[in-house]
Amino acid sequence: MTELAANAAALAPVATQLPGPTVAFDHVSAGYGSRPALTDVSLTVKPGSLLAVIGPNGAGKSTLLKVIAGLLRPWSGTVTVLGGPPGAAARRIAYLPQAEAVDWAFPVTVGQVVTMGRYARLGFGHEPGSRDRQRVTEALAMVGMADAVGRQIGALSGGQRRRVFLARALAAEPDLYLLDEPVTGVDARTQEDLMDVLESEARAGKTVIATTHDLICAAQRFHQAAFLNERLVAEGPANLVLDQKLLAETYGGHVLVLPGDDGGRLVLDDAHHHDDAPKGERHYHDESR
Amino acid sequence: MDVAGFVTDPLAFGFMQRGIVASVLVGIVCAVMGTFVVLKGLAFIGDAVSHATFPGLVIAYMVGAPLYVGGAIAAVATSLAIGVVSRRGRLRFDTSVGVLFAGTFAFGVVLFSTIKNYVADLLGYLLGNVLGISFGDLIQVAILGTIVLATVLVIRKELLFATFDPLGAAASGLPVATLEYLLLALLGVTIVVSIQAVGIIMVVAMLVTPSATAQLLVVRFGLMMAIGVVLAAISAVAGLYISFYLNLASGASIVLVETLFFVLALALGPKTGILSRRRPAEAFAE
Repeated sequence: MTELAANAAALAPVATQLPGPTVAFDHVSAGYGSRPALTDVSLTVKPGSLLAVIGPNGAGKSTLLKVIAGLLRPWSGTVTVLGGPPGAAARRIAYLPQAEAVDWAFPVTVGQVVTMGRYARLGFGHEPGSRDRQRVTEALAMVGMADAVGRQIGALSGGQRRRVFLARALAAEPDLYLLDEPVTGVDARTQEDLMDVLESEARAGKTVIATTHDLICAAQRFHQAAFLNERLVAEGPANLVLDQKLLAETYGGHVLVLPGDDGGRLVLDDAHHHDDAPKGERHYHDESR
Repeated sequence: MDVAGFVTDPLAFGFMQRGIVASVLVGIVCAVMGTFVVLKGLAFIGDAVSHATFPGLVIAYMVGAPLYVGGAIAAVATSLAIGVVSRRGRLRFDTSVGVLFAGTFAFGVVLFSTIKNYVADLLGYLLGNVLGISFGDLIQVAILGTIVLATVLVIRKELLFATFDPLGAAASGLPVATLEYLLLALLGVTIVVSIQAVGIIMVVAMLVTPSATAQLLVVRFGLMMAIGVVLAAISAVAGLYISFYLNLASGASIVLVETLFFVLALALGPKTGILSRRRPAEAFAE
């Protein structure tokens, strides 16, 4: 190696020192039973990415995360995660399930939930030590939940629960965050706080891949966006989310358009919370499709 | 009769000593496993496996093999079969389990009916007879129970993670599928050692009731398990004394004491009881 190249390598941020992309999909199809959820998806995610995966319900967003996490084996195509097959580097991955997938009446405290992030690296028969407790405390502080360590998770608000689960992911010290709707159903303050944490992780060279129904958050707080509707419709910088044509293609012309105060336009994916458009909102259908 | 005599008199009998040791052991093992059974919603599976154990016991009886071996093979095989069905099945899970367990139980009854004078012994299997336990059986219960408890102790934090959040646990690299099969196999062993105490029909109560009572009282996993164990042990001793003095069926007496604790916790506990101001639906809401 020349002196110049050595200097360049030393100066480069952590992200570029990792060999190759964090996640690479090559013509991947996957599904459940005989029902396809992803068809012929090719996608590359570089280290340090802050990627929003958007698309309507049933578009395969969660499936994409599950394939990356090694929880679902693809039907065809090649998946490379952190340089190997999915699941091979599981301890470098933190996965945050959808809020609906969690039994909130489960008798565990906030501290116990966050400590679970340390379990895989501890191994069978090993109890958490001072290093683990310190990491748990730090992670809870990062999400502003340090005072809640002894509370039962069911006693928390929806936003606090998401904070605690993000703390569990942070406690695992992963290189890759897979977050299934981390900001769904939380208040604006929580959303800002959680995105601040994720942004700083991405700056530190970690890769963040999150599904979301919040298109405004995707456009404003993420760096990249992937448009999914069983097939990958598009990928690129996050401000593409405001592209009406791409949205129509991704959501099948099924998005809500609200007139903004300053003549601006807010777009909302209406597939998630309600079947009918709320009063006062205009339903946008692209009949040309 | 004085109070001391009330407590010590029954202990003069060898069958009471063995019965108390056996049912306390069984109660402890069941409560530890029951914590996972309650939190994972495996009560129906527990009931199914205990019924499916029956043909194993009968075949062991017919060929003169140790009953625990026959029962354990049937129980573990059924547990694992249920595990496979749950992962690959196309029918609704409880439907598959219902078919499986009624079919295997019927097979056991048919086999049993080929034995002469089968009726009296059948009741022993179905309803349990812990006071008839032999010293040899007691040793087997102790060994198998210790194996179950030691295994759970070693993998308890992984079991907790996998029970609470299977997807998150699997994604972090824990062998969740293996843990699930292991839990089902342990459940099978637990059920077999419990059948002598309370019989096939009431095993599910030993598995579920003390842990469910504990869940009504506390919100911490470790504490829930500890309270379940204590309740199970108290119920076992109290049930056998009641059975001794009132000449009632032993297994059913234990289960009734456990049920009494459950009703008391439901009526008076902090989450659901009349003394709590919040309704259960609100207790976990935001």
